[in-house]
Formats: sequence, structure tokens, C-alpha cells
Amino acid sequence: MTLAALQGHDSFSPMAIPEAARLSVVISIGGVPVRVNTTDPHFLAMLQKRYAGFVSVQPQAVFELDVSLSPPAFCDADGGVNVTHRAGRWLIEWGDLRAEWEIAGRRGTIQQTANPYSMDAVLRILHSLVLARQGGFLLHSSSAIRNGKAFLFSGVSGAGKTTMSRLAPPDATLLTDEISYVRREGNRYLAYGTPFAGELARPGENCSAPLSALFLLEKGLRNSIEPISPTEAIQRLMRNILFFADDAELVKLVFQSACEFASLVPMHRLVFVPDQRVWDMIR
Amino acid sequence: MAEKYISRSSEIAARMLGGEMMVMSATDSTFFTLNEVASVIWQAADGRTPLSEIVAAKVCREFDVDREQAQRGADRFVDELAQYGILLVSEEPIDSLPFPETQ
Repeated sequence: MTLAALQGHDSFSPMAIPEAARLSVVISIGGVPVRVNTTDPHFLAMLQKRYAGFVSVQPQAVFELDVSLSPPAFCDADGGVNVTHRAGRWLIEWGDLRAEWEIAGRRGTIQQTANPYSMDAVLRILHSLVLARQGGFLLHSSSAIRNGKAFLFSGVSGAGKTTMSRLAPPDATLLTDEISYVRREGNRYLAYGTPFAGELARPGENCSAPLSALFLLEKGLRNSIEPISPTEAIQRLMRNILFFADDAELVKLVFQSACEFASLVPMHRLVFVPDQRVWDMIR
Repeated sequence: MAEKYISRSSEIAARMLGGEMMVMSATDSTFFTLNEVASVIWQAADGRTPLSEIVAAKVCREFDVDREQAQRGADRFVDELAQYGILLVSEEPIDSLPFPETQ
């Protein structure tokens, strides 16, 4: 396909980047490599830097995304993300971001401005949809590995996710302070590091470990691990699972995944004082 | 009073956990936790069995409760879930209708 053949399209026309003009990087999160193609070397350099710990040297990718950069346009920056699917394709619309990919072909196109947050959004949505089909999910939580076991610390904004990351002892490996990647393998779950950072402003380590427990965070006057009823645990888990799609069948799937997770992974309330002693309980 | 027939909506996901039935609306993710009595009514909501029969055969028998009191409670419960689209309620067996009715 020549460049001339691409001219004259409307503002969003899915189109593949010609092989000769293609620069690419493979970003692998949760063991799922995604190739991102672009014609802009500055944008490529930005991606390579932003996802440095998650750039794969292997050329193989499960998904392939072609990025077309557009100038900033006036849009509703506070509008919510809209994720829908029709005729075997997913469509993401968020402000000046437009992304579309074929489910079967695992190939898609993105039209966005040259800002890193749009790519973050696309990757989060893509991975959340992939995980939904296999019983896993992305979760608003920090996570870390200690003694070969992974622990999740979940809660809404201000609950203490980043605090738990900041207080972690040197022998803990931080996977993320904001968005955890939870993948199901048989009857166990693994937590993977992600590049999605919160206030800590640094990506997690690109590694994984079997999940030992999920803690639902509450700040308090003492440190204690307390029981939680299954129904409350699942409600709080569902509130913190990242899921964007307007699709009732997928929502049901995520609910069942949350129930399965709760039946296999211990979940507790973690009441904590924001100092390092809380980590004495996390082993 | 006209008979009521109740059927679980297809737009929900449900799971029994620790003796409680957890129901989630797939359209707006609202959660409902049903106690034992409510869970019995929920599980019997097949669209073909009248609510009065569910109350008599299941609720009164399993929980040793007065029939009138049980029926009042069941009516309130059913009407509340119907408002959220969780249960479908009709004066006829629901699978005999061309489209499910909701209140």
C-alpha cells in the first residue's frame, strides 16, 4: 500500500503502516507481547523510554497495533472512556484517542496525539479484555513479591496503595503501586509487574510470583489483619477491578472471575498504621 | 389478588457464597446480597411457579413461618428486585409471554 493510497481518508480510517516506513517496539506485560508500530521516531523513543523495563527483545507479538499521530484537538478531556464492540471489533473512544482492533486477527489501529497517557490507556484496556477471557483482571492495587510470594494491596484512591509501596522493606520486589496484573493459571493466580505507576512515579519490576493473599486496605490506629465476609470481599474486589467495556456478557464474566478468585486466594482486611511495621505481617 | 409469576432476569450474574446469594446487575453493576429466605425465592423463580406456591412450599415449610407474613415479605422482596430489573414479574407464566414483562 503506497502513501498516496492513504491520502484523502477521513479523520479516522483504519489503515496499516507500510512495512518500509514502520518503526516498532514490543511491549510485554503479563507475558503478553504487544507490538506497537509507528512512523514517528520521536514517538518510538518515548515509548521505548516509558516502557523500558517491559520492552521485549523477542520479535514475536500476540497483538499488533499501528499508531497514527494526530495534532491535539479540542475535546472533552473529562469525558469517560467508551469501549464497545461490534462485528468482531473492539472500539475505544476517549477524548482525542480512537483505537480499534479485530478480535480474531489481533491487529488494530490507534489514532492519538503524541502523549504517553493514551498508549497507557490502550494497553490497559487491551490487557483487561484479554484477561477477562481467561479469568484474570487488572486491579487498582499495589503489589509486591516477598519470600517468593506475591501480595496485593487494594483500595480506592487514598486507601494507601502507594503508601504500602513506599514502606516496603528492601527484600520486597515492587510490582506496581497502582495497577496490578492478575493472571489465572489453573487453580492458582500470579501477579505480574506493570509499567503503570501511580504517585510513586516509577514502573514496577517486570517479574511475577504466585499470589499469596489480597489485602483490602484501611488506615487505622493499629496494624491488624482482619477477616472479611466473602460477599463484602467480592463487592470491594469488583469496585477495584479495571473494566471498561460496555458489554453485559463480559461484565458477567468478570463477576464470575472475581468469585473464582475469592474462592482460591485468601482475602483479608488490612488495617494499618502508615509506618514500616505493617510489613512485619506480610510474609 | 392476581397471581404473580417471577423469573430471574438474564441480565444478571449470581453466585452462592458462604450461604448467601450474591446477585449483580450486568447493566449497572449494582449488587444485591440475598439472605437465606430471599435466596430460596430467588432459586425457585423459574417463571412457571406462582409466587404463592413458592412461599407455601418452600418458604413456610423450610423456615416455619406464618404464611401471610411470609407472603407479605415475599411480595415486598420481589417488587424491590423488579424495580432494579433483577427479577421479572408477571401475572402470567413468563415463558408463555412473547416478551418478558418488568415492573
